[in-house]
Amino acid sequence: MAAVLTSDVLIIGGGIVGAALGVGMAGRGASIRLLDGADTDLRAARANFGLIWVQSKGHSMPAYGRWTRRSADLWPDFAADLRARTGINIKLRQTGGLSFCLGEAALRNRRDAISRLHNQIEPWSATINVLNRNELQRLLPGITLGPDVSGASFCAEDGEADPLMLLRALHVSMRAMGVDICTGAEASRISHSNGIFRVEAGRAAYEARRLILAAGHGSLALGKMVGLTVPVHAERGQILVTERLDPFLPFAGDTIRQTADGTVMIGATHEDVGFDLGTTGAATASLARHATDIFPDLASAKLVRAWAGLRVMTPDGCPLYAESESHPGAALITCHSGVTLAAIHAADLAPALLDGPLGRNYAAFGPQRFGGGKDVSQAA
Amino acid sequence: MTTSEASFDLVIVGAGPAGMAAAIEAAQGSMSVVVLDEQPMPGGQVHRAIEQRKYTGKQSNLDDRDGAALVQAFRNSAASYCGGTAVWQIEREGEGFAIFVSSGDAARCLKARRLIIATGAIERPVPMPGWTLPGVMTVGAAQILLKTGGNVPTGQVVVAGQGPLALLYATQLLAAGVKPAACLNTTMPGALDRALRHLPGALGDIGQIGRGLGFMARLRLGRVPLIGGVSDVAAHGDERLSAVSYVAKGIRREIKADLLLLHEGVVPHTHLAMSMGAEHRWDEGQSCWQPRLGADGQTSIEGLRIAGDGAGIGGWRIAALDGRLAARAMMRELGRETVPSLDGAATVTLRRQRQRLAGLRPFLDAWFRPRAVLLAPPDDVIVCRCEELTAGDLRAAIRQGCLGPNQVKSFTRCGMGPCQGRECALTLTTLVAAERGITPEEAGALRIRPPLKPLTLGELAALAPTGA
Amino acid sequence: MFRKLPDGSGPRLTVFVEGQPVAVSEGDSAATAALLAGLSATRASALGGQPRAPYCMMGVCFECLMVIDGLASQQACLVPVREGMRIARQPSRPAIAKP
Repeated sequence: MAAVLTSDVLIIGGGIVGAALGVGMAGRGASIRLLDGADTDLRAARANFGLIWVQSKGHSMPAYGRWTRRSADLWPDFAADLRARTGINIKLRQTGGLSFCLGEAALRNRRDAISRLHNQIEPWSATINVLNRNELQRLLPGITLGPDVSGASFCAEDGEADPLMLLRALHVSMRAMGVDICTGAEASRISHSNGIFRVEAGRAAYEARRLILAAGHGSLALGKMVGLTVPVHAERGQILVTERLDPFLPFAGDTIRQTADGTVMIGATHEDVGFDLGTTGAATASLARHATDIFPDLASAKLVRAWAGLRVMTPDGCPLYAESESHPGAALITCHSGVTLAAIHAADLAPALLDGPLGRNYAAFGPQRFGGGKDVSQAA
Repeated sequence: MTTSEASFDLVIVGAGPAGMAAAIEAAQGSMSVVVLDEQPMPGGQVHRAIEQRKYTGKQSNLDDRDGAALVQAFRNSAASYCGGTAVWQIEREGEGFAIFVSSGDAARCLKARRLIIATGAIERPVPMPGWTLPGVMTVGAAQILLKTGGNVPTGQVVVAGQGPLALLYATQLLAAGVKPAACLNTTMPGALDRALRHLPGALGDIGQIGRGLGFMARLRLGRVPLIGGVSDVAAHGDERLSAVSYVAKGIRREIKADLLLLHEGVVPHTHLAMSMGAEHRWDEGQSCWQPRLGADGQTSIEGLRIAGDGAGIGGWRIAALDGRLAARAMMRELGRETVPSLDGAATVTLRRQRQRLAGLRPFLDAWFRPRAVLLAPPDDVIVCRCEELTAGDLRAAIRQGCLGPNQVKSFTRCGMGPCQGRECALTLTTLVAAERGITPEEAGALRIRPPLKPLTLGELAALAPTGA
Repeated sequence: MFRKLPDGSGPRLTVFVEGQPVAVSEGDSAATAALLAGLSATRASALGGQPRAPYCMMGVCFECLMVIDGLASQQACLVPVREGMRIARQPSRPAIAKP
């Protein structure tokens, strides 16, 4: 029987969410251990588009809009800290973001949606302007817009970063800050007694009083073991990336962005295909068409890679932060916008999880909105 | 021949000996078949430009004649041929496949009931110091230049490596009036002795052994310096190659060079088969991935067979036999009869021929075992040419927790360039294995994804339904 | 780096490599033409702008990316020469057309 490793906190899942929580909890006096799975696990974190995206968040849940905006504001310090600790440049750029509109109807709908947002009873501030075609073209002198482009919404707080470098920086940072990362450790069983959680992974066992499930799709099965039913489903997103090109796009775009390397990323689909990580010729063609509809000059650019990720989607698309009622001490953290929220996950959510069960401030993200789980709005 | 049909009984990817032989067989059995190849002319690598060329030297005459006959038979057959056509994605569609291709900057989709992958072999990557310098190429590249258009190197040519192809090219060069400055042989000391126990089995193809000995004799006669027991080959130069250094008999030497030609054997080109999810296994003797195959090239995917060097290195004559066997198996599956005979006796004869020729391979494999330094190069050697990553960069990622090639890829971008791992994936797997103290099989393979070849967004967009 | 043997195979034609006329034969690839023209580097690498040249000549290594008749990122070893073809070095990051 292998020795049991004990820590104050055990995080299951080394993707963007788990790793950001690991960084946020480290160096605060508690011992942190993180379990990460195999080379070929689903790993939504590896398929990310890389946006720090504010303008589309919170239309149905103002608290989410505020949460997102706060994270965007925290991002520059977050990136700087990671760079100082690891030497890794996450290539953060927060010059604003564009969500393109094709056709006049789309532009009208966008204006209406932004108006509604500004008129909300609980306003949250984000600087979003709707630009017509001429205004948009003036913003992009280096490239010609396609004939169907009617305009775009521009949000000054939107940005982008390199999601793979972010993941690497988080892991290197965790190690540097004393987090014990166990790779190739696939949690299979969780038991709970006397306030201690025991997680079995392979032939090893890990114990802690505070258990954080941040395993993406893996959290479903694990959640059940600690009394948490997670209403998430897999939504496939296919993404394309081109060869490196001379820079022409100085702002992030929700469906098209040019990375610091010069490659152009185009995405994404929203498909219900179970856990199939394949890419399809049809989607590849559609995404290419979308890109050339916006920027016809991209017709000569070469597509080099295509991949797919499985978003971890809650019914309303907003994060889920759930404390277990039946197994106090176990929490489940999941969202599909791990890059955008990485900064606030590290700076705010992580210390909060360390201090005790999530309180009132996080009630909006609790499971009770889906009709289950502990109602944290009553917590002390 | 081109075709306007969009749907076929059989699509074959690769117009080398295996693909052509399979196509001829299938066409004789009245299957509708098309062969796709990104090269502009059929023949594969060994029979490059055979319909045109002259400069190969006397020793290849038998291969050339038989190769030319095969290409002629292919041209005369009822099989369709699409040259200059790259396959970029293959998907399952019903019982068959949808094959996305690109040619002449236009993408389109073909349908097939059955598929044979005959994409052959590629040169084993040779990650050594300075291998990305202009002036460093593979022996195969130089042979292509010679076969297609009679182009020969100018200046000082150094050939470095091991295996029959290196010597063959050197003799061809000599026959064309160009004397290599040196042939550096990197075969490990004692390898031939260890290989000799496979010699009895190799005698089924004794002609090949005789030829190999003939090469060395010819080079000696031509006073080409043949240096054995070579290690630590390095290419030097500022913006291009200017010198090659190496160690032989414990002494480091440096010679002026304008062209360095590398060859460390060939490995199956598994790219397409892996992208389709066909199971592969690690071959320890040859340090490469090979597809797991049943009889007649059947892969783990129904309707997909692999024939030729892509199934395992065997040379072109075995490849042609494999192509015929795979086609015959598919015809039986589809209930088609062949002319003159699809009888068991003909198939048994083919299998026997194949077995006899295959006896040479274990001997060659043991003699020319891949060198360990290429599987786990020193830190400062570039492994991923496209993304300019060294072995040290990859080792750093492994030390930061990456368990396998796919995690290393996401941490470093190794394998994300246009070649999609064709030049680095093998090294990546063996490097992970060596660093972690596990087997390459345990380390796993780099996941290969479509598009298998870069293609423009414009031609892709044209493929999308309007209004989508 | 390379020259053509005098008794060359196939009809000759002329292409332009970096603006200079080069004699090639039918069946040669654009990469061959670049080597016959005496270019050592045929492209600047995408990341570091390093000098690179064809390595495998069979479509596997992608080192032979060049600008052919104005189109960037062509695998020159897979493009058969045509009379008057214009072949130029590949920049590390091709520019798509500007307005």
